Amino acid sequence: MINALGIPQHILLLGGTSDIALAIAETYAAQAPNLTVTLAARSGDRRDAAVQQLSAKGCTVSAVDFEALDTASHGALIAGIDGDIDLAIVAFGLLGDPEEAWTDVEVARELAEVNYVGAVTTGVALAARIRTQGHGVIVALSSVAGERPRRSNFVYGSTKAGFDAFYTGLGEALRELGGRVLVVRPGFVKSKMTDGLDPAPLATTPEAVAEAVVAAVRDGKEQIWVPGTMRVVMSGLRHVPRVIFRRLPV
Amino acid sequence: MARPTDVEALRDELKTVGERGLITRGLGRSYGDPAQNAGGTVLDLTDWDTILDVDTAAPNVRVQAGISLDRLLRALLPLGLWLPVVPGTRQVTVGGAIAADVHGKNHHVDGSFGNHVSEFDILLASGDIVTAAPDGDNAELFWATVGGMGLTGVVLEATIQLKEVETSYFVVDTDRTANLSQMLTALETGDDDYTYSVAWFDTATTGDSLGRGVIMRGNTASREALDPDQRRAALEFAAPQRGRVPFELPVGLVNRFSAKAFNALWYAKSPRHRTDEIQDITQFFHPLDIVGDWNRVYGPKGFCQYQFVVPFGEEAAFTTIVETIAQSDHVSSLNVLKRFGPGNRAPLSFPISGWTLAVDLPVRAGLDALLNHLDQLVLAAGGRIYLAKDSRISAATFAQMYPRLDEFRASRARFDPTHTFRSDLSRRLDL
Repeated sequence: MINALGIPQHILLLGGTSDIALAIAETYAAQAPNLTVTLAARSGDRRDAAVQQLSAKGCTVSAVDFEALDTASHGALIAGIDGDIDLAIVAFGLLGDPEEAWTDVEVARELAEVNYVGAVTTGVALAARIRTQGHGVIVALSSVAGERPRRSNFVYGSTKAGFDAFYTGLGEALRELGGRVLVVRPGFVKSKMTDGLDPAPLATTPEAVAEAVVAAVRDGKEQIWVPGTMRVVMSGLRHVPRVIFRRLPV
Repeated sequence: MARPTDVEALRDELKTVGERGLITRGLGRSYGDPAQNAGGTVLDLTDWDTILDVDTAAPNVRVQAGISLDRLLRALLPLGLWLPVVPGTRQVTVGGAIAADVHGKNHHVDGSFGNHVSEFDILLASGDIVTAAPDGDNAELFWATVGGMGLTGVVLEATIQLKEVETSYFVVDTDRTANLSQMLTALETGDDDYTYSVAWFDTATTGDSLGRGVIMRGNTASREALDPDQRRAALEFAAPQRGRVPFELPVGLVNRFSAKAFNALWYAKSPRHRTDEIQDITQFFHPLDIVGDWNRVYGPKGFCQYQFVVPFGEEAAFTTIVETIAQSDHVSSLNVLKRFGPGNRAPLSFPISGWTLAVDLPVRAGLDALLNHLDQLVLAAGGRIYLAKDSRISAATFAQMYPRLDEFRASRARFDPTHTFRSDLSRRLDL
C-alpha cells in the first residue's frame, strides 16, 4: 500500500536502469525502511549495477527481463509480478539522433515503438493490475518536448506527445477505480540519455526530478513540470505563432 | 461497498468473495486503513444497530454490533447505566470497539473495551456463527477478535457488562503543571484517586517548560454533588454541540505558528488548580465534539495521528520522545497523555502498563522521517504504536513491537485459513 504519508511498499521500475527511475527509488529508500523494488530492464551489467545500487540502500530488489520493443510480452510480464504494485515508474525511452530519426525509417520506427507503442502496452498492462488491486500510482515520465515539438527533435517530441496524451487519459480512466497517474514533464535532464549534449536553459538533474515526483505523489498531484518554472515557460511557448517559434533559440 | 441486511445476505457475500477479500466497516473513525479494502469488498454493518436486551440486574446489555456507542449511551443513561469504556469519540460501533479494543480515560482502573465483553456471536469465513467468551472453548477466537481489526470474522451481536451511575455528570479536578517531570509525578501519585484521568500538554515548547500541561481527572458525580437544576435532569444525556466546521478548508488552518499559538493559549486559559467542578459528558469526555467535524480545519492533506505507549520505568525514553517532537519543526496541538493499567490477553491489543501519548501532526514534507525515528525510540523502550491510529508504520517495525503477532497469525490461519477477511491494513502490515 501507499501509506498516509505517500510512501509505497513496492515499486516497479520499467526501464530499471534509467537515472531518473533509480533516483526516485533511492529517494523513497531513504524514507522507507524495507522498500521492495522490482527492476524491469534488459539483463546485463547495467541492470546488475542498478540492483547493487538499490540493495546498498537497504531495498529488497528483484530483477525481471524487460524488452520495450517486445510489446507482446508486456501484459504477461506485468501480470506475473508478485504482490501489489503500489507505484510503477514508466521510465524507458530513447532519445536517438534527431537527424537520423526523421530521415531513416528504421530509426524512426524504433523511436516510435519504444517511446509510444511500448509505453501504451505497458500502460494497459499496469491499468489491468490497478483495476484488480483497486489502488496504485503510475508515474509516467513524459517530457516538455511533447508539449510543443521543435524542428530540432520533433520525432522524439512526437512520441512524447502521444505518450503524454495516453497517460493523461489513462489517469482519467483509473481515477474512479482507485488508481492515479502522475504525468511528469521534465525539461532537459542531465543524465546518461543526454550525455554529450549541451544542456538547454532550465536544465535539471535526476535527483531534482526524483524529489519533485516524491512530493507530487505525496500530495496526490496528477501532473508536474520539473523545474516548476517550466510550466510557465511552456504555457507561453504553446501560444507563440509558428513563424516566430521557428526562430526562437529553443 | 456492500450493505447486507440479514445473515443470509452476509453469507452470500462470503460465498462470492473475490481474491481481494472483504472487511467489515463501522462508522469509519479509525485514522488509518483497517476498514478500507482496495479492490475488494467492504461490508457496512451500521444498519445492524438494535438493542436486543438490557438486564438491569446484572447489569449488562445485548446489542447488534453495528450500534454506535453514542446511541447506546443515550439509551442506557436514563436507566442509570453507563458503558464501562468510552473512547475519545462516541461515534464508533460496538463491533469497531471490540476490533480495535478501544480504551478510555479509565484504562488504569478498568482496562480496555474487550475486558468488559462477556460474549459475542461471530460469523466466521466458513459461514458458521460461533459464540465466543473470554474463557472456555472459544477463548482463542474471543481474544484473537478483541484487537484483531476485523480479520477473524464478523461480530454480529455482543453482550457488554455495564456500570451503574446516579448522574450523567462528573466531578472534575484540574491541575496545571510546569513541565513534563512534574506532570509525570503528579499522574503517578494522584491517578489512583480517580476513575478517569487524562492530561493535555504542550509539545511545542522546549527547554525548562518542555511538556508543561494540564491534568484533568474525575469521578462520576453522585446526585448530592449536583445543584438542584442539574439534579432534576441528573440522568439526561447532556452533550451539546456548539458549532460545525461547514466544509473542508482549502488550505489547512493548522500550521506551525497557529499550532504553537494554540498550545500557548490552551495552557494559559487553564486554571492552575481547581477542584470539584461539575462537568457534563461533552465537556469532560469529548471536548472536541463541541465543534462537529473539527478535523476539517487541517485542510485537504489532513494529519497523522501517532499514539504510542512505553512501559513504566522508561520515563527517560518517554522524555526523549517528547523532546524529539518539540525540537522538530512539526507541531501537534492535541496531545493526550495518560497512564495505562495492565493489558489483557488479546495478542494484538494495544494497551500495556505504561505511559501513552497521542499527537496529531499535519501531513507535510519530512513527517515520515520524524515518525520513523519515533518508531525506533518507542521500539527501543519496549513500547508499541496503536493500530487504530496507524496509517504508515512498516510491517517489520510493527512485528517487532508486537511479539505475539505470530500467535495472532496462527489464530487467523485457524479461523480463516484462506484469508477471506482482508483489509488494506492487513496487506500493509502482513498481519
